[in-house]
Amino acid sequence: MVTVLARAGLWLAVLFLAVIGVALAADGGFAIHMGIVALAALIAVWFTISGADYSAIARGILKMPDQSKYDDDPVRWGVIATVFWGIAGFAAGLFIALQLTWPVLNLEPYLNFSRLRPLHTSAVIFAFGGNALIASSFYVVQRTCRARLAFPAMARFVFWGYQLFIVLAATGYLLGITQSKEYAEPEWYVDWWLTIVWVCYLLVFVGTIVKRHEPHIYVANWFYLAFILTIAMLHIVNNLDVPVSFVGSKSYPLFSGVQGALVQWWYGHNAVGFFLTAGFLAMMYYFVPKQAERPIYSYRLSIIHFWALIFLYIWAGPHHLHYTALPDWAQTLGMVFSIMLWMPSWGGMINGLMTLNGAWDKVRTDPIIRMMIMSVAFYGMSTFEGPMMSIKSVNSLSHYTDWTIGHVHSGALGWNGMITFGAIYYLTPRLWGRERLYSLRMVNWHFWLATIGIVFYAASMWVAGITQGLMWREYGPDGYLVNSFADTVAALHPMYALRAFGGLLYLTGGVLMVINVWKTIAGKLRDEAPMHDAAYDPATDRPILAAAE
Amino acid sequence: MSMHSTYDMLRHLADSYGLLVMLLVFVALIAWPFRPGARERNSEAANMIFKDENDG
Amino acid sequence: MTSIVERHKKLEKNVTLLGIGALITVAIGGIVEIAPLFWIDNTIEKVDGMRPYTPLEQAGRDIYVREGCYVCHSQMIRPFRDEVERYGHYSLAAESMYDHPFQWGSKRTGPDLARVGKRYSDEWHVQHLKNPQSVVPESVMPQYGFLAEADLTVPDIKANLTALREVGVPYTDKDVEMAAADLKAQADPEADAGDLEARYPKAQIRDFDGDPSRLTEMDALVAYLQMLGTLVDVDGAAAQEELASEHGR
Repeated sequence: MVTVLARAGLWLAVLFLAVIGVALAADGGFAIHMGIVALAALIAVWFTISGADYSAIARGILKMPDQSKYDDDPVRWGVIATVFWGIAGFAAGLFIALQLTWPVLNLEPYLNFSRLRPLHTSAVIFAFGGNALIASSFYVVQRTCRARLAFPAMARFVFWGYQLFIVLAATGYLLGITQSKEYAEPEWYVDWWLTIVWVCYLLVFVGTIVKRHEPHIYVANWFYLAFILTIAMLHIVNNLDVPVSFVGSKSYPLFSGVQGALVQWWYGHNAVGFFLTAGFLAMMYYFVPKQAERPIYSYRLSIIHFWALIFLYIWAGPHHLHYTALPDWAQTLGMVFSIMLWMPSWGGMINGLMTLNGAWDKVRTDPIIRMMIMSVAFYGMSTFEGPMMSIKSVNSLSHYTDWTIGHVHSGALGWNGMITFGAIYYLTPRLWGRERLYSLRMVNWHFWLATIGIVFYAASMWVAGITQGLMWREYGPDGYLVNSFADTVAALHPMYALRAFGGLLYLTGGVLMVINVWKTIAGKLRDEAPMHDAAYDPATDRPILAAAE
Repeated sequence: MSMHSTYDMLRHLADSYGLLVMLLVFVALIAWPFRPGARERNSEAANMIFKDENDG
Repeated sequence: MTSIVERHKKLEKNVTLLGIGALITVAIGGIVEIAPLFWIDNTIEKVDGMRPYTPLEQAGRDIYVREGCYVCHSQMIRPFRDEVERYGHYSLAAESMYDHPFQWGSKRTGPDLARVGKRYSDEWHVQHLKNPQSVVPESVMPQYGFLAEADLTVPDIKANLTALREVGVPYTDKDVEMAAADLKAQADPEADAGDLEARYPKAQIRDFDGDPSRLTEMDALVAYLQMLGTLVDVDGAAAQEELASEHGR
């Protein structure tokens, strides 16, 4: 009873503060945001009070959930959230790609490209990617530790708190609430909220590892842990700022100019390095061996991969600032470390690919493993392209152009997208206790749509980027610049259309995934010729009970 | 110490001895999994994720 | 040797040690790269001509940030022949010393804006922001006509300047005191701007949006655009000396 009251009281306090925030708000955007927070707190109060089992409390019974099963509710919600935000993020991406092709699609002020672009990036990175990471880490850490989640209530708070962060960030962009730091756009109060959620996430994750029944901490958990810790460090340092008013949305960052730029890209590059790489490598190190039904190719390589990757990645940020006013030595350090990064990255790729050594036929027969393997291949491709683009002379051509956009998407669509799809196809039947996916053939369709979509995307952006870079620096025989800026914009139009087409294919594949996951959850099985899938025995998918020891 | 000399000192450290120390630490960490006797432990760790499939 | 092996075994099995080890590993790079920058000369010492933004320019800058202009426009000219010819002298570190946050950008879907100030007329900017395609037919820029309709409402400009002062922008007490008056006076040719120009040298005082009767968000944004890159005389002796001290450009 005391806990129920304490929790309800906490949420009431949040509700109270949010209502005060609405009343005193210095700007409309802040008032809307506090309204959303108040609504969320109200819902939390309602569920705290109505969800409690009073008769059990009255009888003095501590109602315990079934300890012989893993605590998978937050994982199930996470899978659904990943699919939902994924589609939202892909659709936003397609829409802004079309806006660049046909600017008439801009609807001022709320649906202008410049407000929607952060919405797209945050939706795919933090909403789609973040939910995939949180859900998969909760799944993997339980299985590899053979223990239920530590702090189950806190795990639920992490999930819902993170969704509130996403809603606040996304609505903020549309309302023009942004601090303009790429991939760290949310304003100060949203940053504070995310910090609270993230610390809880760390506690749940580490707590589960502490109560594990396996002596060794499996390497996937190393990657998850590094991801959680580093993102906490980056998030806090990059978001140091002074709010103009504690009842307003605006703040000014602590760092300016050169320092501001370096701190931002130290953050920005390592959001890629730790959110989109370390975290997703953790998924690779668990789901690829599980789906392939064979251990990782070389466990010692995975350890080297881990230390080398986390050490080298953090230095690479300055390659976003080549030839700017950043001091030269910092640029050179950034370049050297970026090139060195190629090695651990490819070590990791080889480790993932060679896991199939001796079972390569599965790439042909098992569409889920095919998706995962393609993902690892894209990881290899973009981790080759990245170091190449960080070489100063290459960067002088590629920087500021669409080549960068193409590079990011071969990583995001290929590596992050495909490994997440693979993990979702692996998880869904297991989490909902189904015999298999609704349709493995649809996974195959999804695979091809996504792959061809990425080819269109990356190829068109390569052409666009190099065209742009070359046209900007083209001189005529008279010694004058040949092209006005507007000429270079016009030249890109067909490439932008092709890019949007690639995005459409990718989104279509995503829609197939929605249908497939939906029907699987509904318990339907499509009548189709069977394909290979990894075996699953629900009876053994259980934690080791403390009492049994 | 003036601002300028502190800056110079730090950047010299960053691209000389500091770099060397980090390189050594890095090499040591890389060599770590290849220490004698690691093979068995590594294979055990790699197969750990399949353990639950055998204990019904 | 055995003792090291034993210690490492612990690391693999102890989540606290693993976490601390990982955190130290990732902290090194950031510290070594970032910390020296806080002692670097040219971001601390003032180059001739640099001054904090006027309240109106800062309000315009906040709109620039709000609308996400940085998504498509950089403010960082690299030292290449074509860029210098297209956009003007390459950017100096000191030119963004009062930029909280910096707006260097990462992508040029549109041209660089670091020195766009005074290159086009106010009328051109207003027309271009309202309907970019009417001025540049190839443009893919969205329309920002609503800025001309929106009154400039900054809840408390004094608070903005105070916050900026807290993060290191050297506004004087008088600047903060006069902030609200300065904000209005800079865009109103009828008003008495007082010593605005003395406190903010090279401040451009006029109506920017073509409607002197109102102070709109368009006024603020155009005022900001028109001052970009105009403060430092890049070819002057002081700036050249400053350049010589910047490393490796």
